[in-house]
Amino acid sequence: MSAATSDVILKINNVSKLFGPVSALKNMHLTVRAGRVHTLLGENGAGKSTLMKILAGVYHATAGDVEFCGAPYKPENPQDAAARGLTIVFQELSLCNNMTVAENILATREPSVYGFINDQALERRAAEIVRDLGLPIDVTEKVGNLSMAQRQLVEIAKGLSIDAPRLVILDEPTSSLTEAETDILFSIIDRLKAKGVAIIYISHRMEEIMRLSDDITVIRDGEYIATRQREDVTIDELIAMMVGRQMNEIYPPRLSPAPPESDAPILSVEGFSRDGEFENVSFDVRKGEILGFFGLIGSGRSEMMNALFGMKAATGIVRIDSEPATIASPVDAIGRRIAFVTENRKEEGLVLAHSVEWNISMAALGRFAAALGFMRRRDERTAAVDEVGRLTIKTASVDTPVGSLSGGNQQKTVLAKWLLTQPRILILDEPTRGVDVGAKFEIYKIIRQLAAEGTAILLVSSELPEVLGMSDRLVVMHEGRLSATLPGGATPETVMAHATGITS
Amino acid sequence: MSDEKHATAQKPYAKLLRQYGGILVSLIVLCIIFSVMNPRFMTVANLMNVLQQIAVIAIAAFGMTWVILLGEIDLSIGSIIAVAGMAAAQAFLAGFGFMPTLILTLLAGAAMGGANGVLTAKLGLPSFIVTVATMGIFRGLVSLPTNGAPAMIEDPTWIAIGAESFVGLPIIIWIVVVLFVFNHVLLSKTTFGRRAYLTGGNREAAIYSGIKVDRVKITIFMISGIMAAISGILLSSRLYSAQTNAGTSYELDAIAAAVLGGTSLAGGVGTMIGTIIGALIIGIMNNGMNMLSVPYFYQLIVKGLVILLAVWLDVRSKRAKQ
Repeated sequence: MSAATSDVILKINNVSKLFGPVSALKNMHLTVRAGRVHTLLGENGAGKSTLMKILAGVYHATAGDVEFCGAPYKPENPQDAAARGLTIVFQELSLCNNMTVAENILATREPSVYGFINDQALERRAAEIVRDLGLPIDVTEKVGNLSMAQRQLVEIAKGLSIDAPRLVILDEPTSSLTEAETDILFSIIDRLKAKGVAIIYISHRMEEIMRLSDDITVIRDGEYIATRQREDVTIDELIAMMVGRQMNEIYPPRLSPAPPESDAPILSVEGFSRDGEFENVSFDVRKGEILGFFGLIGSGRSEMMNALFGMKAATGIVRIDSEPATIASPVDAIGRRIAFVTENRKEEGLVLAHSVEWNISMAALGRFAAALGFMRRRDERTAAVDEVGRLTIKTASVDTPVGSLSGGNQQKTVLAKWLLTQPRILILDEPTRGVDVGAKFEIYKIIRQLAAEGTAILLVSSELPEVLGMSDRLVVMHEGRLSATLPGGATPETVMAHATGITS
Repeated sequence: MSDEKHATAQKPYAKLLRQYGGILVSLIVLCIIFSVMNPRFMTVANLMNVLQQIAVIAIAAFGMTWVILLGEIDLSIGSIIAVAGMAAAQAFLAGFGFMPTLILTLLAGAAMGGANGVLTAKLGLPSFIVTVATMGIFRGLVSLPTNGAPAMIEDPTWIAIGAESFVGLPIIIWIVVVLFVFNHVLLSKTTFGRRAYLTGGNREAAIYSGIKVDRVKITIFMISGIMAAISGILLSSRLYSAQTNAGTSYELDAIAAAVLGGTSLAGGVGTMIGTIIGALIIGIMNNGMNMLSVPYFYQLIVKGLVILLAVWLDVRSKRAKQ
């Protein structure tokens, strides 16, 4: 080891975090040294963000202790963390679009006299920061007029603008950067290292990690797996550590054999593209088949499914039963018996204040319309009660507001809503997100049942075991492009390699 | 949010009582206070009078309930009330008969509401801004034909609406009852009503579920315009004329009635039953305080406080349920 103990900037010992009964972090360890880039590697949901939020003072650890610059460290809030010299650049942008770059960079720390902001000093100070970092950005420009990549750079400048940073955390800083801006970022990182600043770097891009890191720590399911120096490890080893769990018995078996490849596809998509989101994606799916879609956040899967459902315009050819189909709106999609369980059930799936019954019937109101538009309330109720029974939705009655159900039962209500439209093609986008293990298994059984009944299923997930455990075939996406179509028996290592773009 | 609004009731009366208990109690308390303070308050003649007085507000409030249910607002209805009266007066002057004038007036209301709806839905402008603007525009339009002077209406059938009775009840009250039943049935028994609830409750989820939310929105602003036009017809009938300042600030009473009745400004929750009770509370406060000769400015203060109190109690009881 080249680094001495005195170089240690941050030491995390046995840190755990519980959210209610759910454990997000278990006995985490991490040692970060001055002047080194320490990469945190793990799948979506492995606990990286939770750990970073504890360091930033957004969350408080349930157990364990943290030492920062040799002193105990328990920040109350992000301001507290910044005052100690720890700064974090989040992946989600936190900028005000209708304010200038300068106002954003120095937000809450504007130079002022008796509460009146000194605009000139503000611009001068911001311009210095931007110049020191070598960013090609005009600080008087409104953030809303900048490209996404430029905004990300402003976010970074904002994070680095605190006095004397000792530790900088970069959470997927390159996810929206082009190559030119990535180079700027890397040179910023090099200069920070030279000044003795420690850096925690979070990314999914393996080439980038291998180029930039000094140390790499892998975490999985909220647990510490291993720390390696960059020279001593290969990409394959890292991926193996990252996905390393065994496939267990949580995926129910198929109820009927997968459809033969000779079957004509029910849906085929060719050269599907939308500017800046996904490009030239082609796939097809047969009756009764479960086609998995895997990709990391930002790979364009959800955007593509939205386009397929008519929520967004896209170019390319969509065929249903071999006939070209125009799907310009959800009305068209539902008319063609496509159903879409979206990623965010509370925003796009449910009316939380309304009853389970009303939520179940909402996409199939036409079924309950009598003359003059009157609702056949008795039929509606029967249908809702049937669905609640069929999907074992746990609710006091169908009159209960859906917002008071648990996540799993809310998700089953969304499923029930779409099953009532009798879909031939069912799109499931992260169907088990925020759902407890028991409900997960039940949702998997429902998916199996539907496939056995002949529904074609597009299963989008960022949980690798889930797509591998459930899919007949698997489409892997990377940065908006289809990087591979794999058989259901593919190994996690192969899938991860395609998803992170290290095989071309 | 409210728990029972949408349930199919096992015991409808128990349900009704649980849902509207709060404002029904307010209504009864108000009635008791006014009867104690003035024995003439609780007479059939006076109660008939109250009902006639609230007609204009109640009908406008039915329209407002649809709009608020959608999570929108319509501030232009006071101006639409005035335009409707003036349109009728001008149609009679131009020699139209009763029926053509009636139809023309209703169409004018539908057109003005439709304009609000199209501007809100298709241009994506907030309805608050759109209807503040059209409130001014419509109010200006009223004065165009007469340069700001009132216009007399002499058509005997038109006047009869506000003056005559049918089977023992004033025609105005019949109109309120018919429109209440119409709006209540449309809202609670039809797919259109359900789409309105869903769109107001979560627009995004409604779009994903294949509901044409723009169409729902435009239709609802048209309903609001038509209801305001009917209010304008009743008002001009009672006044024998079209006044350029008719209906000024009626939108506030209509909003108050709907909100007192439990319609949520966030959208997705509300009923016509609640709104009619809300309109009754406002009407009885006006009438009762007039009978007690409370000065107008005190009436404004009391009304404002009662609305705050009612809404606060409502919000508090809903929070307690969560």
